[in-house]
Amino acid sequence: MKPFAVRLLAAAALLTLPALASAHRMWLLPSGTVFSGTDAWVTIDAAVSNDLFFLDHQPMRLDGMKVWQPDGTEGRLQNGATGRYRSVFDVQLDKPGTWKVGMQMTGVLGSFTVDGVEKRVGGRGGPPRPGQSAPLTAADIPANATNVKLTETSSRNEVFLTAGAPTTTVLATTGKGLEFAPVTHPDELVAGEAAKFRFLIDGKPAPGLKVTVIPGGKRYRNEEGAMSLTTGADGVVSVTWPTAGMYWLNATATDAKTTTPRATERRMSYVTTLEVMTP
Amino acid sequence: MRSSPFALPLFALLAGGITAPAIAGTVTVTIPRLPVAEYHRPYVAIWLEPAGGGAARTIALWYETKKTGKDAGTKYLADLRAWWRKGGRSMTVPADGISGATRGPGQYTIALPAGIKPGQYVLNVEAARETGGRELVTLPLSVPNPNARGAGRSELGAVSLSAR
Repeated sequence: MKPFAVRLLAAAALLTLPALASAHRMWLLPSGTVFSGTDAWVTIDAAVSNDLFFLDHQPMRLDGMKVWQPDGTEGRLQNGATGRYRSVFDVQLDKPGTWKVGMQMTGVLGSFTVDGVEKRVGGRGGPPRPGQSAPLTAADIPANATNVKLTETSSRNEVFLTAGAPTTTVLATTGKGLEFAPVTHPDELVAGEAAKFRFLIDGKPAPGLKVTVIPGGKRYRNEEGAMSLTTGADGVVSVTWPTAGMYWLNATATDAKTTTPRATERRMSYVTTLEVMTP
Repeated sequence: MRSSPFALPLFALLAGGITAPAIAGTVTVTIPRLPVAEYHRPYVAIWLEPAGGGAARTIALWYETKKTGKDAGTKYLADLRAWWRKGGRSMTVPADGISGATRGPGQYTIALPAGIKPGQYVLNVEAARETGGRELVTLPLSVPNPNARGAGRSELGAVSLSAR
């Protein structure tokens, strides 16, 4: 046990970090990613927790969760429900090809001082609780504010599901923020084989990007088993899967290319859950 | 499938004539009898892949063909996961001369189709059973004159290849 003062300091340090850097991991866990037949359905858990993939902290909210059909048009999320520890929903994969399901979040976090009082911009830890006022936004910063510190945040969390043969339409990137541009199709992963994934920032390959890959099933082993990888000059990271199973992948990047006035930093995060099959 | 007493002389007659046999060889696959409480006949896929990599060619596919609609047997084709990835997913089923109903324990002989280009190949036999296991047996072969034997350990018994 650490001395109390040390723990207090650590807690204070944690409080000053924006939500994105918090240790809690957001994850989507599909019932499968590879489907055959003519009436395939996938059911997906959406939650926030430290250990993957164990439901012991918070559900992920389904507001903003979207489904993209293999042709790139928006599809339908069905039977959505939010419980104490998880949200769950279904998608009927009624067209052959690769589907994408997930959400994109953007925001501005920070603080400013006005009349000697420090105020915060942006919400932390989900939507405001009942009785709480809505968080301040960058537009609420008064002209006489000083010490303005703003950070732009953007994150994507998505999974890929394939009915029949895989397709690539939903893998198209937008050229904005941190994006996943897989070289190996995300629904063609096999234990023992290397998969290559490219990451882009604003449409350009992102070299030196930190990528973390963590296998599920943490509760049943001692080690977390995380792989810490870095993208090469071409923005590509190569992952060799030790065993079959579900893996959580997270890439993060920080730069100063902001678009919000007065924001000085941009934090980007990408999360996907990948299913690796036995050979 | 047991050979009928007439098969040998008939084949000898054909081989003795001018016409070459219309097959590149045969594959014999054994589905073992398993002492389990709940037995379902396995899904089986048999396919060839060029040894140097390339498109897979499905020779035989046995799956639940009777059910249709929501619980159609095609729902579980992806459980033959190697076959599914190597080409099953882009095949239309039922496939004439290739797909058929599941088969119970026994020994089955399947013809390798004629017209397979001479060269080195890998024969793959994959079996997946509901409430059971899954196994993949691979055997290298050359066309013409394939000749190899192997065996599975759980879901498949002896697998052999011969020139006729």
